[in-house]
Amino acid sequence: MKKNLTAWLCLLPAILFLGVFMVYPLIDVFVYSFEEGYNFASQSFWSVGFYNYSYVLHDPFFIQALKNTFIIVIITVPLSTGIALLISLELSSIKALRDLFQTIYFLPYVTNTLAVGLVFMILFKKTAYSDGLISILIQLFGGPSVDFIDGPYWAKMFVMCFYTIWIVMPFKILILTSALASVNPMYYKAAQVDNTPKWRIFYKITLPMISPMVFYLVITGFIGAFKAYSDEVALFGTDLNAAGMNTIVGYVYDMLYGNSGGYPSYASAAALILFAIVFTITTINLMVSRKTVYYQ
Amino acid sequence: MKIVLEHLTKRFPNRNKKIKEDVVAVNDFNFTIPDGKLIGLLGPSGCGKSTALNLICGLEKPSEGKIFFGEKDITELPPEKRGVGLVFQNYALYPHLSVYDNIKFPLENLRGENKLTKEQMDKKIREAAKLVQIEELLDRRPNEMSGGQQQRVAIARALVKTPEVLLLDEPLSNLDARLRLQTREELKRIQQETGITTVFVTHDQEEAMSISDMIVVMKDGVLQQMGDPQSIYDEPANLFVASFLGTPQINVFTGCIKNEKVCIGDSVLLDAPGKDDLEVYVAIRPEGFVVDENGPFECTFVNREVMGRDTSLIVTHPEFIGEKIRAIIPSDEAVHEKDGKVRFSLKPKKVCVFDGETTERIML
Repeated sequence: MKKNLTAWLCLLPAILFLGVFMVYPLIDVFVYSFEEGYNFASQSFWSVGFYNYSYVLHDPFFIQALKNTFIIVIITVPLSTGIALLISLELSSIKALRDLFQTIYFLPYVTNTLAVGLVFMILFKKTAYSDGLISILIQLFGGPSVDFIDGPYWAKMFVMCFYTIWIVMPFKILILTSALASVNPMYYKAAQVDNTPKWRIFYKITLPMISPMVFYLVITGFIGAFKAYSDEVALFGTDLNAAGMNTIVGYVYDMLYGNSGGYPSYASAAALILFAIVFTITTINLMVSRKTVYYQ
Repeated sequence: MKIVLEHLTKRFPNRNKKIKEDVVAVNDFNFTIPDGKLIGLLGPSGCGKSTALNLICGLEKPSEGKIFFGEKDITELPPEKRGVGLVFQNYALYPHLSVYDNIKFPLENLRGENKLTKEQMDKKIREAAKLVQIEELLDRRPNEMSGGQQQRVAIARALVKTPEVLLLDEPLSNLDARLRLQTREELKRIQQETGITTVFVTHDQEEAMSISDMIVVMKDGVLQQMGDPQSIYDEPANLFVASFLGTPQINVFTGCIKNEKVCIGDSVLLDAPGKDDLEVYVAIRPEGFVVDENGPFECTFVNREVMGRDTSLIVTHPEFIGEKIRAIIPSDEAVHEKDGKVRFSLKPKKVCVFDGETTERIML
């Protein structure tokens, strides 16, 4: 009993902290999402039901945000993981200048998001003085002038995905290079003696050996991409609905604090819908991983 | 397949960059490994034996010299083109694949006219598994097996593609003592059944002696002696070989040759016709001592260790290099001890004399 008491005492600060700042807000969000016509100032509501969910799911802005989020997730997660894997493979196969390249690839990770956003502005934004570097390049090769920031949807989405991939890549490269380095070179030698083609060594040995790390990156990648928001703001400013580039988290934020905000109930409902989506995807990921990921 | 090494040399740049001189891991190897034999590459750790194996396998490129398999020069060939099977010290079994898939792995790499159908592969896998007696383990993962079983799988994987040469790097070092005994018999049996020229690396002289058809003794990258185990044991070429082979170790004394006689201290032991005035090392095998009241060689008695069949007499002598001399005598033999002294006569065949400077053998 005494032993238990000590244990609980030691756990107390953490439990208190988590309870107040994690568990209580979670329950609160859940409760809010079912309170119809909730008024923050008077702390009152009309009734309890599914109206908030119905409203959110019928809101064209939410549908747009949902669509944007899914496009970003589906494009950036596989692409960033794949490219990061390719770069890591290259990095671990070169000897000279490896440290230099590693540093270069890692730079975006330590660079401020907004500063990076500014660079992307210079690259992509059309202003009164310049068409943006990329647009100028496209015109050089005879293409049309494209405004990537205020132009057509596909152009904006392209910049968005490009930016997201670029910003998440360093971490993935870091994780994957260390995962690759931890594979015992003995296996490669064994495979070499057995005349194994390069692609087969990668597919049959390297990939299974680093699969736990790849899986970790895919899961966190999915969750991270579903929660995308700050990157959108960095590129398109705070009025994401007007730009048509809102995301689910952006929608939640707008519902709370935006110009059309002040609706914690709608925000809670949207947040819980996002939670349901992330939960489902993660569960699917885990189920797939059980068959494909090898843990030593 | 006969393996011929010609002036094979491997130099590595020194780790310490201040030292310009290269490290010579394998120094001018010249020898022929006859077809279908089991060869033990023996030497203390760091003597370059694994490097020699890697050179034969192709994982390392020689700095100089040539390697032939049969009549074919394979020096420039990469390992995958040499048709060798290699068993690694830690077996290097792919941990994520079952035993079956591990053995199948080399077969799946066969392309072109050598490509096998599923049935052919299955047949070969089961044959290899049967040879090393792991048929009932085919569904297991490597980490679900004991060291000895993993070792068999590794051998099966190396053998399944029917290589011309089988190379084993310290194949028994990861096994416990009992398993080691058992596995080395197994290794011998597999080698004899398949008739594949097999080279294995070991630092354990007992291991090398017990199963090899031929032993190659190395030290500091230099070939010391090669031959069948018994003749190396009986006729070591130098002091290093003499002390490296045999347990308990050979007993080494400082001595001299005077007036055509080999002496240790005051004791005159053997005739040395035609030799005079030489500083020498006299090495006596533990089984070379015979307790003899009137024997020429007197030692101080310390202890006796009964081992059942034989008895070890522990004695000391001022000219001895080391701590205690071990003499092995039959258990039923009486020991005449007088004032703490024991006298021995020696079996001439068990005594070797080496030059005091070069440590090369002096033939008497």
